[in-house]
Amino acid sequence: MGFDMRLNKYTVAQHTSGLLVNTFLILVSVTCIFPLLWMFGSSLKTQSTIFSDMSVIPRVMHWENFYLAWTKGGFGVYFLNSLFYTTIVVFGIVMVSSLAAYAFSRMNFPGKNLLFFIFLAAMMIPLPGSFVPLYVLVNNVRNALLNSMAAATPFLLKVLPDSFVYGTIAFIENQFYPRTAYVLCMINVGLSFSIYMLKTFFDRMPKELEDAARIDGCSRLGIWRHVALPLAKPAIAVIIIYNALNVWNEYILANLILSSKNLMPLQRGLMVFQGEHITQYPLLMAGMTITVVPILIIYLAMQRFIIKGITAGAVVG
Amino acid sequence: MIAEKIKQFYNLMHNATPKQKMVTVGCLFVALEAAFLNFHDSAVFWFMAYGLVTLSLLFLVVANVIKRSFPAFLFVVPALAIFSIFYIYPFFKVLQLSHHAWDGISPKMLFVGLANFREIMQDNIWWLSMRNAGYITLVALTFQNALALALALACDRQIKAKNFYRVIFFIPPVLSEVVVGLIWRWIYDGDYGFLNYVLGAFGFQDMARSWLSDPQTALTCVAVIHSWKGFGWGFMILLAGLQTIPKELYEAARVDGANVWHSFKNVTIPLMIPVFVLVMILTILGSMQVFVLILSMTGGGPGYHTEVPVTRILASMQGSSMFGYACAQGLTFGVILMMVSFAQMGISRKLKQA
Repeated sequence: MGFDMRLNKYTVAQHTSGLLVNTFLILVSVTCIFPLLWMFGSSLKTQSTIFSDMSVIPRVMHWENFYLAWTKGGFGVYFLNSLFYTTIVVFGIVMVSSLAAYAFSRMNFPGKNLLFFIFLAAMMIPLPGSFVPLYVLVNNVRNALLNSMAAATPFLLKVLPDSFVYGTIAFIENQFYPRTAYVLCMINVGLSFSIYMLKTFFDRMPKELEDAARIDGCSRLGIWRHVALPLAKPAIAVIIIYNALNVWNEYILANLILSSKNLMPLQRGLMVFQGEHITQYPLLMAGMTITVVPILIIYLAMQRFIIKGITAGAVVG
Repeated sequence: MIAEKIKQFYNLMHNATPKQKMVTVGCLFVALEAAFLNFHDSAVFWFMAYGLVTLSLLFLVVANVIKRSFPAFLFVVPALAIFSIFYIYPFFKVLQLSHHAWDGISPKMLFVGLANFREIMQDNIWWLSMRNAGYITLVALTFQNALALALALACDRQIKAKNFYRVIFFIPPVLSEVVVGLIWRWIYDGDYGFLNYVLGAFGFQDMARSWLSDPQTALTCVAVIHSWKGFGWGFMILLAGLQTIPKELYEAARVDGANVWHSFKNVTIPLMIPVFVLVMILTILGSMQVFVLILSMTGGGPGYHTEVPVTRILASMQGSSMFGYACAQGLTFGVILMMVSFAQMGISRKLKQA
């Protein structure tokens, strides 16, 4: 078999270089995976063993760290918040961007090209520090909202029961407004890319099905809902994954807009936990594992779409 | 008629050389600045700025109603609304705030003209942070892109395990910067970190140090981790580029007697120049703007040794409540980034012609 091969100089050289290349690739792969393993291993150690036990996966595994991180460390709340933001933002982006992209691709109206150009330009122009005006905007609108609610309170108190009025106002101030503001900001972040991506996809899609639907008396919105969206599933999958990773990993806007602990997503929670309990490494590592696992699962399950999205995104840039 | 003019202008800009684009953008910017310095009063400014936006939106609506395409226009209204609130308003707000001194709380802002920008010119920490970002970018451009290219070339030959490596190498980029920063902070830790443990186990005790609090190593450590997190992008794009090169070209080169190096130099590199330029632009824009990684790894310390521009912007805003100054910094930095990417495009155009 292998020994029957003519082992001339050329194949020997090829084999050694192949070996070198493989070693190189494996080495780099190990550096990619090792930090994650180290994090996971550290999350299973205890406060007393973490500084002395240098094994990657400890012999005695303390799974209760995850329970402690989830409850006492507050990562349960952060996790649910992250899940909430990611779901809502991705849903919003898909709705808004597919509507706009469908119009840009299939309909004719004055200002179409100009608007699309503006969306594209927004994607190209770097705006470092755009979080400063966004923070100012969110703050100003909150002040205006609070003032108008305070002005309306005396009137509302006459019409509605006290507890309901105060409960609603507190709910709007502490829960509804910051969450809505954050979600809208994040929708804006992913919008341009998603519109561009979907528009190019719609442009390449055959028009016959939509024509048939139109002849059957389907409205524009109906065609978008029942013909265009189902056909665009591959592109929408790319958008969903790309934006979900983006929102899940977002830190800076969450840092500026969401200041109370029961509103924070995971990334913000990690930094807060790290600042408050600097030496509780096992719990911190458990929290980080909780943060990473969903991302890894989604990534490994959907990596086909992610890779497609990267190439598309690269072409845009 | 107006639409025609805009279209003409758009085509003109689209076909212009990067140098012309740069000059045009510069002129527009100077004109905007001149108008702004004359009409800085905030009521007038908002009337002009948002009045213009409102007028153009109204114009669009009226035009759509006249042309009976209003239902089609409704499709883009949600996107347009979000965009004009969260993109156009901040844009004008940056312009306005960068010419004011404002602490973020008091109702009145003080107009200071160009004083913020003058202050930036004399701000040593700002320019130090710029240099740090430049260093991180340099490391990313050389080390990270060389690694990405080497891996892409290696994987281009390997057919079997290519998808496996593709999946593995893209794990660091999908992780969040906070998580990556915190993991490596723990590995780099001076007393209990894994890196020092490994060095000790192999007998290099004297090399062990607290990597992230040592001014000599902190920036390099951050830059290396930034490259570690980013090389997957370059790898993916370069590999996609390499696979578009027809295999017949390599065959032809080999028939002509070219060895591996020659075919790399004469076939791969010329065909890959657009991809190289793309990867370089993405690397520069990404590395100059890195900051969450630094917040989670060092927080800018020790001293100011790992500060980068965006952490300075954040510090001016959150730390010292100088919103006007923060906006001026953001604007300066944005202009610099735009100049860099225009210059890159110019270079790539030259390379393509050569």
